[in-house]
Amino acid sequence: MSQLLRIATAGSVDDGKSTLIGRLLFDSLAIMEDQLGAVESASVARGHEGPDLALITDGLRAEREQGITIDVAYRYFATPKRKFIIADTPGHVQYTRNMVTGASTADVALILIDARRGVLEQSRRHAFLASLLGIPHLVLCVNKMDLVDYSQERFDEIRSEFAAFASKLEVPDLTFIPVSALAGDNVVTVSTAMPWYEGPALLRHLEELHVASDRNLIDTRMPVQYVIRPQRGDFHDYRGYAGTIAGGVFRPGDEVVVLPSRFSTKVTHVRGPGGTELDEAIAGQAVTIELADDLDISRGDMLCRPNNRPTSTQDVDAMICWMDSDLRLSTDSTYTILHTTRDTRVSVKDLEYRLDINTLHRGEAVDLGLNEIGRVRLRTQKPLHFDPYRRNRDTGSFILIDEATHNTVAAGMILGASQHDANIVWHSGAVTREQRRTQGMTLWFTGLSGSGKSSVAVEVERRLVAAGQPAYILDGDNLRHGLNSHLGFSPEDRQENVRRVAEVAKLMADAGVVAIVSLVSPYRAHREAARAIHEADALPFLEIFMDTPLDIAEARDSKGLYAKARAGEIPDFTGISAPYEAPLRPDLMLRPADGDVGTLAGIVIDRVEEAGER
Amino acid sequence: MFYLTELTDLDELEAEAVHIFREVAATIERPALLFSGGKDSVVMLHLAAKAFWPAPVPFPVMHVDTGQNFAEVIEFRDRTVERFGLRLIVASVQDDIDAGRVVEIGGPLGPRNKLQTVSLLRGIKENRFGAVFGGARRDEEKARAKERVFSFRDEFGQWDPKNQRPELWSLYNGRHRTGENMRVFPLSNWTELDIWSYIRQEEIDLPDLYYAHTRTVVERDGMLLAVNEFIQPQPGEEPFEATVRFRTIGDATCTGCVESQAATREAVVAEVAAARVTERGATRADDRVSEAGMEDRKKEGYF
Ligand SMILES: Nc1nc2c(ncn2[C@@H]2O[C@H](COP(=O)(O)OP(=O)(O)O)[C@@H](O)[C@H]2O)c(=O)[nH]1
Repeated sequence: MSQLLRIATAGSVDDGKSTLIGRLLFDSLAIMEDQLGAVESASVARGHEGPDLALITDGLRAEREQGITIDVAYRYFATPKRKFIIADTPGHVQYTRNMVTGASTADVALILIDARRGVLEQSRRHAFLASLLGIPHLVLCVNKMDLVDYSQERFDEIRSEFAAFASKLEVPDLTFIPVSALAGDNVVTVSTAMPWYEGPALLRHLEELHVASDRNLIDTRMPVQYVIRPQRGDFHDYRGYAGTIAGGVFRPGDEVVVLPSRFSTKVTHVRGPGGTELDEAIAGQAVTIELADDLDISRGDMLCRPNNRPTSTQDVDAMICWMDSDLRLSTDSTYTILHTTRDTRVSVKDLEYRLDINTLHRGEAVDLGLNEIGRVRLRTQKPLHFDPYRRNRDTGSFILIDEATHNTVAAGMILGASQHDANIVWHSGAVTREQRRTQGMTLWFTGLSGSGKSSVAVEVERRLVAAGQPAYILDGDNLRHGLNSHLGFSPEDRQENVRRVAEVAKLMADAGVVAIVSLVSPYRAHREAARAIHEADALPFLEIFMDTPLDIAEARDSKGLYAKARAGEIPDFTGISAPYEAPLRPDLMLRPADGDVGTLAGIVIDRVEEAGER
Repeated sequence: MFYLTELTDLDELEAEAVHIFREVAATIERPALLFSGGKDSVVMLHLAAKAFWPAPVPFPVMHVDTGQNFAEVIEFRDRTVERFGLRLIVASVQDDIDAGRVVEIGGPLGPRNKLQTVSLLRGIKENRFGAVFGGARRDEEKARAKERVFSFRDEFGQWDPKNQRPELWSLYNGRHRTGENMRVFPLSNWTELDIWSYIRQEEIDLPDLYYAHTRTVVERDGMLLAVNEFIQPQPGEEPFEATVRFRTIGDATCTGCVESQAATREAVVAEVAAARVTERGATRADDRVSEAGMEDRKKEGYF
């Protein structure tokens, strides 16, 4: 069964991007004879000898005359294993907007570097944009290896320089391949000129890249796109909610909540296109969902699960890339925002900074022009139901549309709900974080009751304080005696509990203290929210998962709680009568088998030091 | 949790197209689907029907009729439109010729592909269509490779390749003023092989011309052209019988066929998978005129 792979390419002018794509198409036999014929005659007309492979991917005439590609062009080719879509974007300084466009749907980014020229400012920019757009896989092709004598030393040099830069970005998967697009080394077939390179050729790497797990199958979301009501014949009373699933899984029988109304009901049928009944449907499928109750649901509403809802708010923090050449973004201007299937008016409340995409420096700004990227605070007329972009590209992305020209003027990636309420002015203290004697962060221990969170936390705190680093434990049980004394254990109360602890931890971290949170915090969404609160203020946050199996935790039962829960005396007890959602990508995972409390604390301290050095 | 679902490339392409149909129906007033009876438009209609099930397709179809069609295709067109219970609007090139809005090039039997643009734009204007679905694919031609899925046309129906709206994620911006319109291409990311694989998977009916059959042809400019009321052998051309099929179906005066034994969907899929020449290169005289032929016609308002 063949699957789609969407590729975005980037490279500075003359790095050989067009040649590389031409080579991929040519060697995988995706170029037809008549196309090759046209390329050959054009090559001859321009005084080249053999066919210039770059011409295959060059599009419009004006561009061909200038000898450069200037917009996103899409190419298709297939091997027996996979179908590939390449969004070919040019790498010139002025075309950030095109790269962002091509990258928005890509599974993998191919970045080209000329082996002679090494890592350029533009290469860094391409890598940054790929990470900003959340492309899960990055392949760095070091091209023109033929011109550096296929030197391993040169390749290694470029690799370490690039890797050092990439470590500052969020790049989940980074691969380096030495190639010669012109000669065909390591593009489709493995090169004999570089026996020192042991990895696969580019094409095989792309064929085998695992992307199915990049889909978010956790947070169940479907923005309602279109309501199907035939109002005739056999289907007189039929009502189906059509849309593309933006996350998670829907099955008949599932309990769902509709936002913004918050009504809950059950899924009766999940159907694919044409009415095919499905037992389940996952992110990416276009479906029609039928519900048990007749509710007032329209386009722009969102279906989700009761215990895992998106954030709903009118105040949103986001990174945006400005894409219009005539207008500039400024604070207090108003646009139409298109987010999932919802559109509403939005005003820009604050432009917090402009990001220099070459140095990653954040500078003050009063406006943004074409190809500039900045962080903004938005206020929408109707609430948006979103997840942070990092977590879900479909529910975390939006575009801004100018109300006069109807042009798409910006692309946006949501960071989270604004921390600043419009009515509360934030007083920025005179002392900056760097000026404090110590730098803080938050260690968030999550796991079942009895998993060993507190024991490890206590040991970590002891060692940090002994080493002169202020640290303080925020223990879930203890906080429930004071700050959170009136909160219970329903999902809503747990959410509020987590939010408060996260806010307190953030303040401590900001003050230079290592806040050590020891809290069952069973829901992923709540922990993500805690992380977002920290990330919004650029404070380090480490999610530490005490991965102790239920039977071991229950056997310990240090507080006698499991026995009571089993006896039905404690309702909503995590692990027994309430769910625990294990972290998918914790920063650190600790298992009983890894060692005693002292050893585990040592592992944590190592991570703290590592994070502190960043 | 455990998931059984795995999406194939055709599943993903289908989902994308269905999403696009629903998005247009939900956000743009008075859409219409361009329907010629050719395979891409048949696949488009099939997808539209699936997108809105069990409701009927919520927009009419329009055929830009050059008046120089294969009779089988027109019959097929009418049968299909009736089966889906749709309204058919015909924008007739002959009407425009008769009214003097366009002048035929190359005499009465010259190719009318270039003239279609006028009739298309008139059809859009008279019916005040806000969006028109076209079956064009990006793999067909270089100029198409840069086209957006939602392609904005100004009040003269013109495309400005330098000034296209950025298109990100699956967020499509179809906003326009009265008089302007959107061209929407749900099959943008499909290739000829995808189209045929889908036709096989869904068992979609097509005009018989797409399958191998015997007919009288002449060879002209390296292409095989069917001898019919529009194409007569010229001096020096020797008509002969051949087993052929059409890879595209356009104006009968300029659409060529290829020699083929592929008489079933399966056989065509196998043939297309092995093909070494593009479908337009093989069979469309109109695209051969110049390397930039398509781009120029698109700027004027052609699909
Ligand atoms: N020696 C050598 N030249 C290359 C290689 N790849 C590309 N080139 C040449 O570099 C020039 C620029 O290539 P092109 O593909 O047009 O670059 P683009 O601007 O990135 O698309 C052309 O003259 C290519 O022939 C390579 O691997 N080795």
